[in-house]
Amino acid sequence: MAYIPIADQPSELHDPHSFITKYVWSQDHKVIAIQYACTAIFVGLIALVLSGMMRLQLGYPDTFSFIDPSNYYQFVTMHGMIMVIYLLTALFLGGFGNYLIPLQIGARDMVFPYLNMLSYWFYLLSVLILLASFFVVGGPTGAGWTLYPPQAILRGTPGADMGIVLMLVSLAVFIVAFTMGGLNYVTTVLQARTHGMTLMRMPLSVWGIFVATILGLFAFPALFVSAVMMAFDKLIGTSFFMPAIQSLGQDLGYAGGSPILFQHLFWFFGHPEVYIVALPAFGLVSDVLSTHARKNIFGYRMMVWAIVIIGALSFIVWAHHMYVSGMNPYFGFFFAFTTLIIAVPTAIKVYNWVLTLWQGNIRLTVPMLFAMGFIFTFIHGGLTGIFLGNVTVDLPLSDTYFVVAHFHMVMGVSPIMVLFAAIYHWFPKISGKMFNVTLGKIHFWATFLGTYAIYLPMHYLGFLGVPRRYYALGNTDFIPDSAMALNANITQAAIFVGIMQLVFIINIIWSLKSGPKAESNPWDATSLEWQTPDTPPVHGNWGPKLPVVYRWAYEYAVPGVKDDFVPQSVPPEEVEMEEGAGKYVDRSEEHH
Amino acid sequence: MSEQTMNPSGHLHTVAQDWADEKQAFHVPWGKLMMWIFLISDTFIFSCFLIGYMNVRMSATEPWPYASEVFALTLFGNNIPLILIAIMTFILITSSGTMALAVRYAHFRDRKKIALFMFITAAFGASFVGMQAFEWTKLISEGVRPWANPFGAPQFGSIFFMVTGFHGLHVSIGVIYLSIVASKVLKGDYDKKNNYDIVEITGLYWHFVDLVWVFIFAFFYLW
Ligand code: HEM
Ligand SMILES: [Cu+2]
Repeated sequence: MAYIPIADQPSELHDPHSFITKYVWSQDHKVIAIQYACTAIFVGLIALVLSGMMRLQLGYPDTFSFIDPSNYYQFVTMHGMIMVIYLLTALFLGGFGNYLIPLQIGARDMVFPYLNMLSYWFYLLSVLILLASFFVVGGPTGAGWTLYPPQAILRGTPGADMGIVLMLVSLAVFIVAFTMGGLNYVTTVLQARTHGMTLMRMPLSVWGIFVATILGLFAFPALFVSAVMMAFDKLIGTSFFMPAIQSLGQDLGYAGGSPILFQHLFWFFGHPEVYIVALPAFGLVSDVLSTHARKNIFGYRMMVWAIVIIGALSFIVWAHHMYVSGMNPYFGFFFAFTTLIIAVPTAIKVYNWVLTLWQGNIRLTVPMLFAMGFIFTFIHGGLTGIFLGNVTVDLPLSDTYFVVAHFHMVMGVSPIMVLFAAIYHWFPKISGKMFNVTLGKIHFWATFLGTYAIYLPMHYLGFLGVPRRYYALGNTDFIPDSAMALNANITQAAIFVGIMQLVFIINIIWSLKSGPKAESNPWDATSLEWQTPDTPPVHGNWGPKLPVVYRWAYEYAVPGVKDDFVPQSVPPEEVEMEEGAGKYVDRSEEHH
Repeated sequence: MSEQTMNPSGHLHTVAQDWADEKQAFHVPWGKLMMWIFLISDTFIFSCFLIGYMNVRMSATEPWPYASEVFALTLFGNNIPLILIAIMTFILITSSGTMALAVRYAHFRDRKKIALFMFITAAFGASFVGMQAFEWTKLISEGVRPWANPFGAPQFGSIFFMVTGFHGLHVSIGVIYLSIVASKVLKGDYDKKNNYDIVEITGLYWHFVDLVWVFIFAFFYLW
């Protein structure tokens, strides 16, 4: 008997019957995606408010009595951790991963919907534990998002009692949640593609999310282990990371541990984490750019391989975060070398995005604006990364505002630009409604120009030597008054950008309630999710029959074809041609 | 479905292309592939633990205790090093054998034998955990604690209890998992779809837990 792939076997989809199973305990990947996204955006807004408070303190020191030094550290820590893990990771993978994977590969759902549902509820639990730390004695931890021991668990660091414990527990729960979701995403991509959807025909969104998930499955274990070990150091007095320490003349009872071990474990997770956020962004932005430029993505295969190679390399660069921690100079050489090597596939991707736009029939829609904004901010952040990758350049710049500016450009602003691009791009499909374009454009220009106003001056502050994670600079000789004035300006810009995000929220809420009805394929896109029989897609996605795929996802502006695009699921013989244009030739095969 | 859509390139096929042209990258059930991926991820957890162990052992300021002395047992007046752990290791490896038998009978759909061998495997697992509890009790009664160790570096206690505990947790979960699947096999739950993949998937997990033990054994007891 021939082998029948499971995706083709008639399986019983568990149709939801009540409101609860449909919208709360839902096993439908689309509902889970929206649950993930709403939760992530909610905590993201908290992190945004925290950054506003930090900026108030930095721009106008000695003005706000409700921000004391402890609070400042707590805000820095919670802001950083929430942004990186609970917003970006959750929204890209839990949100867009869940929504797009089954729809773009032509599956009815994830392979294990129940596990997928659990994934969301564990994520929510981890968020609740994290937020609970705001309400315990001593407040949340102020150890910095890197949680370096020994200080993370010692008295003197805010939140050293309950705060740090809740942070570690929350991270562990998050990792469990991520693993349950991640196993699903990887297995679904590998095993549940529809007829004709080969790996090399998948949209780049799926590729980015897929590789990022694999990175997560291999990188989060290191964070899990370091969280467990640090929790033991804190709670039962082991000395994994703790050397002998005297505090106020008292021996704390620790001896013989290695703080550097924590740093290695943390960054073995931490660097791939950057790409867990970046690779989905690369994928999503490629699809948005190609669609709105009406051109096939330039060098599809190269783009795929670049994603894979960047993912692999990201595991051998971690110690570039530890140049100042001290290490054998040969190691410094090695890690600087690998770090700069990553710039090659990354640069290839950037060139390919630009070449995709080249001579394209660009439609300046709201998603396209954000996608093009991403190219700017990403090039910008990438270039400063090359500075910091070199040991000798990094040493004086380490722990200054130059670093803050760098990572905000490359992994703060850039992924956020893509998130907005992606939300505006897929919103009509997800909700069945159209958003307000004017509000969208206002949102874009405010965010794009505003973030430049925030972060460009920070590079300069960094060169002056202004240190990061400082509550106040006091009277420091090497910091001129002009720098303080600059700080006030940065704060004004930050508050402006923060408030302008309300435009986005209002736009979304207004559009959901009374936006015009969206067509099923408003951007004339080729990939499968735009070809669903219903908008928004219903449970099971495709009606009675799965779509069949005939080509890649980038068949735009094909010479001789009547529409300027050919969806993946239209058979070659059904493609309508212009008069006298001859027969349709499938270009995707030429790209092999 | 025409041949052409399934086989999009008429060019020379590389291995990678063959692999990529299929709708499924691997001809295995979903659950099995997912277990494989989970186990690779779990390997990273154990690797991090073991690397942490090596690092801690090197950075510890007091001497590391000799395995042959701390892990010795006095039986009938003789002090025999590593005897308990030898028995434990033997039992766990045997349990991999009984698990393999269960998988074999799963191919024949022999419900009674599948369940029998799965229960035997679970029993071996449970006795392993029991002996581990005994070993822990002995060390604790001698004064070894996660934060203290009369025989030398306190990190010995910390890392030993943490890593063997984490592995013991895996074994315990495996015992529960095996028992649940075995009783469902006995009830005939998997006959409804004539799908016994779950036995093999459980087996994968169990073999993995055994394999990890071999490494822990080598690193903690032989080094
Ligand atoms: C308008 C938006 C944002 C503003 C105004 C802002 C502002 C700040 C400020 C003032 C700091 C502390 C600097 C210091 O004292 O060292 C900080 C730290 C940080 N931010 Fe942002 N941020 C924003 C968005 C983001 C985003 C989107 C991310 C996502 C990656 C992010 C990630 C981080 C991280 C990882 C830290 C370091 C935390 C630490 O030092 O432990 N931020 N941000
Ligand atoms: Cu890095």
